[in-house]
Amino acid sequence: MARKASSSSTPTEAPGARGFLWTRKDLVGLDELSGEEIAHVLDTAESFREVSTRSIKKVPALRGKVVAMLFFEDSTRTRMSFELAASRMSADTLLFTSKGSSVAKGETTLDTVRNVEAMGVDIFVIRHGQSGAPHMVARRIAASVVNAGDGSHEHPTQGLLDIFTIRRRLGRVAGLKVAIVGDIAHSRVARSNILGLRKLGAEVVVVGPPTLVPAAVTAMGCSVSHSLDEVLAEVDVINMLRIQFERFSSNLFPSVREYSRLYGMNAERLARCRRDVLIMHPGPINRGVELTSDVADGPNSCILQQVTNGLAIRMAVLYLVSQGRQ
Amino acid sequence: MKKVLNAQETGRALDRLYELLRARVPKEGPLAVVGIRTRGETLAGRIVARLEADLPGRQVHHGVLDITFYRDDLSRRRGAPLVRATEIDFDIDDAWLLLVDDVLHTGRSVRAALDALHDFGRPRVIRLAALIDRGGRELPIAADFVGRKVSAPAGKRVQVRLKENDGEEGVFIIDTH
Repeated sequence: MARKASSSSTPTEAPGARGFLWTRKDLVGLDELSGEEIAHVLDTAESFREVSTRSIKKVPALRGKVVAMLFFEDSTRTRMSFELAASRMSADTLLFTSKGSSVAKGETTLDTVRNVEAMGVDIFVIRHGQSGAPHMVARRIAASVVNAGDGSHEHPTQGLLDIFTIRRRLGRVAGLKVAIVGDIAHSRVARSNILGLRKLGAEVVVVGPPTLVPAAVTAMGCSVSHSLDEVLAEVDVINMLRIQFERFSSNLFPSVREYSRLYGMNAERLARCRRDVLIMHPGPINRGVELTSDVADGPNSCILQQVTNGLAIRMAVLYLVSQGRQ
Repeated sequence: MKKVLNAQETGRALDRLYELLRARVPKEGPLAVVGIRTRGETLAGRIVARLEADLPGRQVHHGVLDITFYRDDLSRRRGAPLVRATEIDFDIDDAWLLLVDDVLHTGRSVRAALDALHDFGRPRVIRLAALIDRGGRELPIAADFVGRKVSAPAGKRVQVRLKENDGEEGVFIIDTH
């Protein structure tokens, strides 16, 4: 919502924020960002939220720029969110999906990117099944690269939009305790969340069955629990990760029913949480598995706000990397 | 750095600006005062307070524009400082709209502000108020109301300092880097 006569308590006027200058041409992960840089993206997104409330929902910030979406791995909502973000900034967009493309003919990722870059692209939004692919590309081309999810490495805009949603709903990030529940081992969403939350001073506990929580996560500064019931009462936020059904074929899950019974969020568990606990989910939800419908659609849920905020975060990221060219 | 107006002279410039625009405020119809961040926002706030005191019972809308995305030098910059939100939470259609900036120089900020306003609607009239006109226009733009003219060499910057933003009042000529 647009507000007039802003007060000094708004997050956009955090001390030191005014003098800060964003200089990166790429956003590959939250791992390489400082807490100050992450806060700068969130503050910028705060300003972009207003654009979506106008009658003409467009600003000319990327007018004449071309944003190419290279999706080597399937995605619907992230792609739509980036496409809408780019068009709200007046950029032209190109879409590449690997299905039926030259990738099927054996072209390497870098050759694909270089060919598209030769058409005059300013920003690449890349989703790839291989961890590190956006990073590899970013180092070799002059255009900006934004990682839209790579393997089990990072999904930085998802991490940023989750943290942005927490900050908007609870007014702060530092000092909060956040539980991330589910398949931590294979989740790029979990990694980006942990890295970002820790840099902004939140406490993180990851929760899941031992087969899905690698021991190495503690190196990122979070604690581990194998019991959701144990952490319910002490957390401010519960971020439920999506269970990828393709993994059920492995031995990591005994059964969907058991997973849901031990790690699913339902009304009975919600009653044992703090009254204002925030329930998050990156989507798409498997209703009845990670969350029951009454929880997903209840007052503690901010799942749809995450989607709205994702648009503002992606506008902010596209704008910042376009300005950050060295 | 050279001080060209002290606090008292700056106050008089604002008084003069206000008297000029006050005489031209239409008797009826919606009124809006929109400041360009950052000093224009502060000046707009002061003008709104005076108008509300002078025109009891009349609603004066107050808005703030951040023109970053509309600047014509956006693609030439290196690095991105923090962009702040534009705050216009009222309907500007058919309003008498006063656009406020601290210093009028090349006219490029005003051009950007006009483009930005255009995305919010179609005011009946837009008038421009600038506390300081320092000359040096690069576009065919002129202010309707000016508090004080200051002549400054082309390579220098004219800076208005206000209590709310800077802790002091005055107008200075400073070297640009």
